[in-house]
Amino acid sequence: MSAALTGATIDTAGPASPQGGRTRRTTPRNTLTPGAGVGLGLAMIWFSLLVLLPLSAIVARAASGGWSQYYTVLQNPQTWNAVQLTVTQSLVVTLINVVVGTVIAWVLVRDRFWGQRLLNVIIDVPFALPTVVAGLVLLGLYGPNSPIGVEWAFTPNAVTLALAFVTLPFIVRTVQPVLEELDTDVEQAAASLGASRPTIFRRIILPSLVPAIASGAALSFARAISEYGSLVLLSGNRPNQTEVVSVRVLSFIENGNYSSAAALASVMLFIALLVIVVLDIVQRRVARRG
Amino acid sequence: MVSTSTPTKWALRAVAVGYVFFLVAWPVGLLIRRTFEGGLTNLTDALTDSNVVSALALTGKVAVAAVLINLVFGVTISMLLVRYDFPGKRVLSALVDVPLSVSPVVVGLALVLVYNGRDGWLGTGLEDNGISVIFATPGLVMATCFVALPLVIREVVPVLTEIGDEQEQAARSLGANAPQTFWRITLPSIKWAVVYGVVLSLARSVGEFGAVKVVSDNVAGKTQTATLSVEKSYQNFAQGEAYAIAFLLVMVCVASLIVVALLRPKVHD
Repeated sequence: MSAALTGATIDTAGPASPQGGRTRRTTPRNTLTPGAGVGLGLAMIWFSLLVLLPLSAIVARAASGGWSQYYTVLQNPQTWNAVQLTVTQSLVVTLINVVVGTVIAWVLVRDRFWGQRLLNVIIDVPFALPTVVAGLVLLGLYGPNSPIGVEWAFTPNAVTLALAFVTLPFIVRTVQPVLEELDTDVEQAAASLGASRPTIFRRIILPSLVPAIASGAALSFARAISEYGSLVLLSGNRPNQTEVVSVRVLSFIENGNYSSAAALASVMLFIALLVIVVLDIVQRRVARRG
Repeated sequence: MVSTSTPTKWALRAVAVGYVFFLVAWPVGLLIRRTFEGGLTNLTDALTDSNVVSALALTGKVAVAAVLINLVFGVTISMLLVRYDFPGKRVLSALVDVPLSVSPVVVGLALVLVYNGRDGWLGTGLEDNGISVIFATPGLVMATCFVALPLVIREVVPVLTEIGDEQEQAARSLGANAPQTFWRITLPSIKWAVVYGVVLSLARSVGEFGAVKVVSDNVAGKTQTATLSVEKSYQNFAQGEAYAIAFLLVMVCVASLIVVALLRPKVHD
């Protein structure tokens, strides 16, 4: 739907005034007017109270227990199973999205058929739907008394299903604009020189899509490992079977065990941070090339 | 453009349409059908239940508060990031993206650690002054603000960058002061991006579940939001009610999607 939801990093690195771009500065310039300075100060106070301080509280709480704390938390078989389930299912779903997401983007851009606009709108539904409603919705078709006889609820398949639902738009929406911008002259030139369709796809189209697919995949993986709402009703949260990391964190919180919750949460924060950094690097590389 | 062969074309179409149909379209359709299975009774029953009504009212209140806060904060930060240079700008522009990749449950935990009344960093002090954040409405607003924080910024920053600051400079050189320039030059040109960001934030705020669940003690009629009451109703086997509330939430989100779809072309003009 938009950059806002697909999560491409905002690039504000450009200079604020034209003359700034010419010379390379070692120290950042300060062009704040007094009014803007006050605005920045107020915004930073709110941002610190809302985001920075709470996130550092997690890190501080987790660090207070030292490495042994992490060891104890991750040693717990139930927690370790949750971590394994979350990571494998997120990888599986990301893989599915890489293939199906690219196909959907392709169909939306290069094909023309009746109902295409509708398909384009439906892709956004998982972004717009509240996560708990997403779980409820999937229970209808894949839950008990399923109209198609696929009773996946409360099995590990339910986790795959829920994650696939909530991450559907990521790759579609990152690949689609790139595919739209792609110059078809090169493809025609390749075709006129005798390249077969698979060759053209592999050698010409795919290389330009790879960065978009990669950033979409990173986003969908990050979303999948942190997912909670859609799993609550659908997966049944059965320990060692369908329990994911977020659910583990929540049950630590509910038991008042904030230190364990913080330790596990900081692992998730670290992975999220890693994904952001990798994504930033990928996008910077692409921006340089473009 | 290289045309794909007909069998390939149909196969790709079938994969795309089939996947989306089974994963999204059919399940959502089923939800709507089940909501209206007994005519309007599910909806009317839910809307006459005082707990459901107060949950919907609370969601509305929290969402509006969070959207307003994010609107002011988002436009301010966007202006600062695009129009000014200052040390730490790069870090700030990376940090405002963080909320998008933090798990909702972790968001809740983070807020609980700082603002809980028992041993929170700031919570104990606030509690002494009679302000409770966690298990109360302020906590719900903060959790919602957190998760929806980057949405306005992400819409406004690209538009601000694109329009440049020539008109603003012209206005300034003609004697307009900063507020005048903002209200009469800048705001009208980023209007649609702002509206779009607000609609997205609203949809996100109304639908937030995980973060809200952690900071709420889920008391019906007090701190139970609409998404929390969907879960509660379903688990209490009041499925008709769960479907009805879910349906109302879906309607809000579909309405936002439609608004966004209608606004989108205008943004590109």
